[in-house]
Amino acid sequence: MLQTMMQTAGRTVFVLLAVPLLVLIFALLLNVDGHAVDLDAILAGVSGAHPLGTDALGRDLLARLAEGLTLSLSVGVTVVLLGSVIGISVGVTAAWMGGWVDALLMRVADIVLSFPGILLAIALAAMLGPGVENLVMALVAVGWVGFARLSRAQVLALKHAPYVEASQAGGSSVGYIATHHLLPNIAAPLLVEASFGLAAVIIGEAGLSFLGVGVQPPAASLGTMIKEGTSLMLVEPLLVFWPGLILFMVVMAVNLLGDRLRDRLDVKSESADV
Amino acid sequence: MLGRVCAIRILQAVPTLLGVATLVFFLLHLVPGDPVDALLGESALAADREAMRHALHLDLPLIQQYTSFLGGLFAGDWGNSIVDGRGVFALIMERLPATAELAAFSLVLALVLALPLGYWAARHAGSSKDYAAMSFSLLGVSIPNFWLGPMLMLLFSVTLGWLPVSGMDAPGSIILPAITLGTALAAILSRMARSSWLEAMSSDAMRTARASGVSEQIIWWRHAARLAAVPVVTMFALQLGAVLGGAVITETVFDWPGLGLLTIEAIQRRDYPLVQGCVLIIAGFYVLANLLADLLGLWLDPRQRHGG
Repeated sequence: MLQTMMQTAGRTVFVLLAVPLLVLIFALLLNVDGHAVDLDAILAGVSGAHPLGTDALGRDLLARLAEGLTLSLSVGVTVVLLGSVIGISVGVTAAWMGGWVDALLMRVADIVLSFPGILLAIALAAMLGPGVENLVMALVAVGWVGFARLSRAQVLALKHAPYVEASQAGGSSVGYIATHHLLPNIAAPLLVEASFGLAAVIIGEAGLSFLGVGVQPPAASLGTMIKEGTSLMLVEPLLVFWPGLILFMVVMAVNLLGDRLRDRLDVKSESADV
Repeated sequence: MLGRVCAIRILQAVPTLLGVATLVFFLLHLVPGDPVDALLGESALAADREAMRHALHLDLPLIQQYTSFLGGLFAGDWGNSIVDGRGVFALIMERLPATAELAAFSLVLALVLALPLGYWAARHAGSSKDYAAMSFSLLGVSIPNFWLGPMLMLLFSVTLGWLPVSGMDAPGSIILPAITLGTALAAILSRMARSSWLEAMSSDAMRTARASGVSEQIIWWRHAARLAAVPVVTMFALQLGAVLGGAVITETVFDWPGLGLLTIEAIQRRDYPLVQGCVLIIAGFYVLANLLADLLGLWLDPRQRHGG
């Protein structure tokens, strides 16, 4: 039964990703500039030139969706990569060193965790100013903590494993032990954390952009497109429908992938709370 | 024993709150360049800039600014809004009831949806019913609330005309914001309820109860439910704080005049003292909710009292 469910989940991921992928492929094939304003084609309906119509400035909706989706994914992957590198370094250092280093690093993590993630990201992004780089910084500042706590908990459990102690007794350096013994053995839960983290970051980027503290016009983000679409919802509901649907499908696919990974790798989610 | 452990946990929250206040203080100093430039523009007159620096206490040494910020927090002096000059604390207190009302409705809605769904999924674990329930839960955590809100508005307010579009004055105006805010919570809680119930059912205590001839219904509802309640109640308490973070977006979507909307308005107007105050109060509630979750866990599950 579980296997059937996982197969169904796998198929669902493909179905969910089909629409966003089609958007990217068609946008590439048509090669329309999503920034080109056409005042003669304001809120134009579906046509050969504009397969999903145009927005309030006559810009091609499909091209903007593709740009927004690319941005969401690239911000998501960048933040998860940076966050995981910082978080894992902090977590492994804290667990390995112990004592005051561990206490200090974990208090910092606790303070970051004392904020609802989205609120801290909003406040940081607002204070740093608009722009993609600042948005990435704000999301990384919130996102590293999960990796830090998880890797610390995992390393604490492994620190006294016979093969780690043997390697230590054999004179291996800390760096060697970390990269050859610790990281390979804690990779599975971190991978699961990364997949759920990616979904959270994609929603976070769009949310911050929706609130006006992330990506700024004329650049397209799925969040800014939803915001612009909401104000024109009564005239053209599709302007808010499409970006939200694409965002939802990508996030659901990534979450489903995370679920699947967790089941496959048999990772207990509670391990993060040690 | 319980009292001592609780007291330790409460004391441990004090440095956390202090850390939160410190981070919030430094938020203002994160503004690239000079916050006064950001507020007035670089072409502002020197006298205006000086007055603004004085109003924000930016003319004082950093350590003095920090100590007076902390002192002000305890004394209830959270500074004044740059935009209308009113006290930040008073402005926050004005908006707090609207957010509390929205949060309460959302949490109740989440519980009402999540518990039966979690129970149903656990009862039919491994079946297509379980899969359907958990798919709904996955959908709930994946749907962005800044999209769900407008979609609900389109359907129930614009197309069907059943509910008001935004604001909080018309009857029924809380329904759509509460659904928007409560959906993700319901999804999280239903997953937790399902897994906790299943874990409780696989425990030795339940096997013994079964072997003693206790009916399945009583095992599920009386014995397993009590065990399963611990993580669910803890998660619910944690969500008390998280819901305030979610309220920032939901209130913006529905123009709900609460603390979340005040935060966004303050950010848009670059009213930094007000931003600080809003972030601080939401984070403060979040820390207290986490503390409450901790204490509830200690109270409900004696095993945790020995874990430190």
